[in-house]
Amino acid sequence: MAKRGTTVSAQRPAHLKVAPELPRKGRIPEAFRYWDLYLIMVPGLLFFVIFKYVPMWGTLIAFQDYSPFAGIRNSPWVGLEHFERMFNSKEFYQVFINTLLISLYKLFWGFPAPIILALMLNEVRHMLFKRSIQTIVYLPHFLSWVIVGGVLINILSPSTGIVNEILKYFGIEPIMFLGDERWFRSILVISDIWKSAGWGTIIYLAALAGINPQLYEAATVDGANRWKQVWHITLPSLLPTIAILFLLNLSSVLDVGFEQILILYNSLVYSVGDVIETYVYRVGISQGEFSYTTAVGLFKSIIALILVVLANSATKKMGHEGIW
Amino acid sequence: MLQTNGEKVFNVVNYLLLIVVALLALAPFLHVIAQSLSSHRAIVSGEVGLWPIEWNLLAYNEVVKDNAFWRSFYVSVLRTVLGTFVNVALASMLAYPLSRTYLKGRGPIMFIIVFSMMFNGGIIPTYLVVKSLNLINTFWAFIIPMAVGAFAVIVLKNFFQAVPEELEDSARMDGCSNVGILFRIFIPLSMPAIATMALFHAVAHWNAFFDAVLYIQNRNLFPLQVFLRELIQFNSTNASLMDNLERQMIANESLKAATLIAATVPILLVYPALQKYFIKGIMLGSVKG
Repeated sequence: MAKRGTTVSAQRPAHLKVAPELPRKGRIPEAFRYWDLYLIMVPGLLFFVIFKYVPMWGTLIAFQDYSPFAGIRNSPWVGLEHFERMFNSKEFYQVFINTLLISLYKLFWGFPAPIILALMLNEVRHMLFKRSIQTIVYLPHFLSWVIVGGVLINILSPSTGIVNEILKYFGIEPIMFLGDERWFRSILVISDIWKSAGWGTIIYLAALAGINPQLYEAATVDGANRWKQVWHITLPSLLPTIAILFLLNLSSVLDVGFEQILILYNSLVYSVGDVIETYVYRVGISQGEFSYTTAVGLFKSIIALILVVLANSATKKMGHEGIW
Repeated sequence: MLQTNGEKVFNVVNYLLLIVVALLALAPFLHVIAQSLSSHRAIVSGEVGLWPIEWNLLAYNEVVKDNAFWRSFYVSVLRTVLGTFVNVALASMLAYPLSRTYLKGRGPIMFIIVFSMMFNGGIIPTYLVVKSLNLINTFWAFIIPMAVGAFAVIVLKNFFQAVPEELEDSARMDGCSNVGILFRIFIPLSMPAIATMALFHAVAHWNAFFDAVLYIQNRNLFPLQVFLRELIQFNSTNASLMDNLERQMIANESLKAATLIAATVPILLVYPALQKYFIKGIMLGSVKG
């Protein structure tokens, strides 16, 4: 088969992108010749149309007083009323601030964690040790937030949790971590780092593996010690990866990992833990305010789109390939 | 290579720190495993650390006897197997034509897919679509609303593009149809990419709980994650209630721990395979086309 393949390609120079010859009956338009290839795309395309584009069209209800009985065609239009309500709402203001704060805290504390961990792993020369550590720190990534949440609720419980047992040992009063406004965001940030820092190292370790070893050899010859090699070779080589990931993270600043919050939060900490998506879920699905929460969701989606476009042009400006 | 004293110190510190990090990653689990194997008395008195006290398997016995647990387990397995199959099949069928440079109209279709990653209608409009299709409270609500992953389509498209064109030509010479070429040549040759995507989706299906929270009220259809969530939240929301009620619930602490571990075991069983493939998969995603 391979032999025949080469003869076919020999007849046709590689630089000419010509459609493969098929037995023709008369003049069949190009598209019909591959009708079956178009056909197999239909189920997937239908999915995108129905579950991605119909909901985009469905955001029109943000400008209506939508009622499930009247449907989108017959519900009355109200213009920007829901957006006005949103911008005048103290509750929404708090939710928006919470979203930004939690997200920025996670970025500030969580972004450097995988970089540091990757640099530490990169300095390990003992391969078995390195691989064992990697296996262990990747593990939390594969567990659902339900499970991680269950573990957290268990260890942070004020009555039986091990964390409070340890605090008690040092004479500190038990803290109700998940029911305390002062602690809730810290718990979100710490548990997020715990779950994702290890997995986050992969992309940096890949970038580190791509560094030309001759650079290190040359530096050794020039008398640079390990610290200097890290400072002058490893870190500068990582910088493009760091920059791109940072921009990507910034552009998704309104995505705060709401599954985590949905699992961990309760009415005691709504004031610090309620974020846009949990708010939409709570008010929209549970209280049935479809139009208002669609407006809130649309506001978030538009900001996200703008941020992604900006991040893409920024990476291109820095001289890298864009995200798309 | 000669090491200076500074480097020796650095190495020791580095190794020690990494061991601490690894212990921090594992400790919460060791603690929960220890609880699941300990007696009620030991847990309530706070004696259990990372090692079980007064060993017993009573909690696991309870879990195994619980019909609701098994029903949820079954729902989760079914949605993972069927959902992953649908994901991979539809993504391949979309990716292959998009990878053929001679096909017209690929640009707009690619744009439709990529744009859906950057902008979405949000939770409520999607919910209304699912509702209007009468998928609420049916098993299909787990499968159809997440039937295709845009990311998988892009990765598979790039992978298919890298398969030598000559293989397609020779198969066609042998009389293979366009679709036959996909199933007989491209899919077998792209097994690494397909397996990676399958694992991605399988983990997502197994761990998913928000779609069930949104779309399912029927307890018989609760996947394992929702079953667990109920079990956990029952405690956390009522934690401040009366003392004797609290004490009664604490008695269930080891049962809860055992259920958590039982729900984690399937992931742990496939973890070695997962790790190997996922790391390759991340690299696949970085190939652009």
